[in-house]
Amino acid sequence: MRKYFGRKIFVYALTFFAAVTINWMIPRFMPGDPVQSRLARASLSNPEASQAMRDYYNSVFGLDMPVWQQYLNFWGSLFKGDLGVSIWLFPTPVTEVIMDAVPYSLGLLLPAILLSWVIGNKFGAYAARSKWLDNTVLPVGYVLTATPYMWLALLLAWSLGIVGGFFPSSGAYSFALRPEFSWVFVSSLLEHWFLPFLSLFLVSLGGWAIGMRNMIIYELESEYANYLQALGAPRRLIRRYAFRNAMLPQLTGLAVQLGTVVAGALLTEIVFSYPGLGFLILQAIQNQDFFLLQGVFLFIVAGVLIANFIIDIVYVLVDPRTRIQMQGGAK
Amino acid sequence: MSLKVSDLRVYYRTLRGDVRALDGPAFTLADGEIMGLAGESGSGKSTLGKSLIRLDGRMKYVGGAVELDGDEVPVWDDRKMNDFRYKRISLIPQYAMSAMNPTRKIGRMTAELLESRGVRFREVREELNRRIELVGLDVDVLDRYPIELSGGMKQRVVMVLSTLLNPSLLIADEVTSALDVSTQRAVAETLVEFRDRRFVKSMIVVTHDISLVYQIADSIMVMYAGRLAEKAPARTIIEAPRHPYTKMLISALPEVGVKYAEKRLTGIPGSPPGLLDPPKGCRFRARCPLASEECEEQPPFVEVERDHYVACWKAE
Ligand SMILES: Nc1ncnc2c1ncn2[C@@H]1O[C@H](COP(=O)(O)OP(=O)(O)OP(=O)(O)O)[C@@H](O)[C@H]1O
Ligand code: SF4
Ligand SMILES: [Mg+2]
Repeated sequence: MRKYFGRKIFVYALTFFAAVTINWMIPRFMPGDPVQSRLARASLSNPEASQAMRDYYNSVFGLDMPVWQQYLNFWGSLFKGDLGVSIWLFPTPVTEVIMDAVPYSLGLLLPAILLSWVIGNKFGAYAARSKWLDNTVLPVGYVLTATPYMWLALLLAWSLGIVGGFFPSSGAYSFALRPEFSWVFVSSLLEHWFLPFLSLFLVSLGGWAIGMRNMIIYELESEYANYLQALGAPRRLIRRYAFRNAMLPQLTGLAVQLGTVVAGALLTEIVFSYPGLGFLILQAIQNQDFFLLQGVFLFIVAGVLIANFIIDIVYVLVDPRTRIQMQGGAK
Repeated sequence: MSLKVSDLRVYYRTLRGDVRALDGPAFTLADGEIMGLAGESGSGKSTLGKSLIRLDGRMKYVGGAVELDGDEVPVWDDRKMNDFRYKRISLIPQYAMSAMNPTRKIGRMTAELLESRGVRFREVREELNRRIELVGLDVDVLDRYPIELSGGMKQRVVMVLSTLLNPSLLIADEVTSALDVSTQRAVAETLVEFRDRRFVKSMIVVTHDISLVYQIADSIMVMYAGRLAEKAPARTIIEAPRHPYTKMLISALPEVGVKYAEKRLTGIPGSPPGLLDPPKGCRFRARCPLASEECEEQPPFVEVERDHYVACWKAE
């Protein structure tokens, strides 16, 4: 088991190293000097800041330094949590910009993923034992999973937001307000949160429900279920086993989903102009904010790697079969 | 007499109609009798076995009766059958390798199963340990997951588990087919030992492998296309079969003995009739070298000699 995790950690460390290196190389070795052209563009739109920006660039890209020194410095500042300064929001540090966006992404994705998982599994498990529910849950589930996300999100924004006017369909809170801990602000926050949340919740709900239903039906037809039935075990016991065994792949599925949380929900945040990480990526591209883009990518890479590592652990903890195989106990 | 099956009919419901997989077999099983049940693939062996313990969703009880130790067995009533299951009629399934919940430790699963059947695990724990050791396993298998055991070990655990409540009838479906030859022998001998120790009163051992079952069975019953062809003491079936189908089966085995334990029932020309709409009369007619006009009527399953039953007009 230790060997297994040792190998995993090594692979993840290597991946991280490669990602950072590539991230460092791209601006420096790209043809046409993107830094210069970016600076030129920035100086047009923001003349006062342009000198400060130029100084900053020189210090970071310090071309008088040998390449290896630049590379080491890059790692050094990375470990200090310094990802550079944003051009778009100059002179806010990139780390700060990212940290401002993270709560929005998490606040959107975590509840959407967890709730759709819990409710989807509940419905799926009930559908597996009730004809009536099966006939409703299944088609609805298929429709939901088959709906392209973009379409669903726009439909929600248009019907409940623009036409119905029940919920605002853009931004994280009203433009008239400033972030503070007040009832007005919090309720505005919740109102703005609802539609993007709902869209994410709905798209994954059907998949969980169908997955759970199929897994349970598969488990109920499995050989151990048959054997138990032949020995007169009550349905209750067999259902409990089936449910538990069906949960295992769902749990891993959940872990995988949670692993994507750090990347934000690009489409959702774009459709609803919701200021999470996905929205940052869009802004960084539109504003040619090279540092921000780099920072977001590094953040996502690190997050995905950590999440994957946690998934590996979950796999092992949750299922005795993998646990035993790993200990080399299977004959 | 422990088991009496009379004219039992169980069909499979399909979209194209009923598959008459079990069409009226009638036979008895004496106390302590181990009966081998042979026949080609699709002849209805498993259907017969399942009918005696639990009809699955596609099976339909059509008629007939089953009696165990003088009590009527309500095979058509899934709920009432629960009184018999495990306690009086038990089963070692064809898929014993995967018969246990993979995510529960074997001991815990056993305890949950027993408690759910109203048996206190604590009270049978000692007997369970004794029997686990009897089949040559260590008691600590109960603390392991099924995946930690080899196929043969799982098979033995399931054998112990299935017979723990001393059922009157045990149905063992194809219990040796997934094992290697030496393990097959050990498993077969364990079955005999279980009978000798009165863990089970009588047994039906479903098999493709006549030569293996011959070594342990008191009697052998041969099925053909959902019906009985012949039932007789094991030795008689091998040495003096009367039904043309049994004769062909036996002659397809080069010689009965350990060496041929792997020999399967193959090499009989032709194939059995479809059971969706089986022909009238003797179902073996199309492949039978002795077939004649009278065979257009169904031959009854009659005792031609003491304990020797045959369904063939030409069997006298
Ligand atoms: N679920 C089902 N639906 C329809 N027909 C079935 C079903 N299960 C079995 N049958 C048919 O019933 C007949 C008897 O099947 P059964 O499984 O009892 O045969 P068997 O003698 O046990 O064969 P094997 O030696 O291959 O296990 C076969 O002709 C088979 O096609
Ligand atoms: S009854 Fe006729 S067809 Fe059937 S086995 Fe006997 S001789 Fe052959
Ligand atoms: Mg079978």
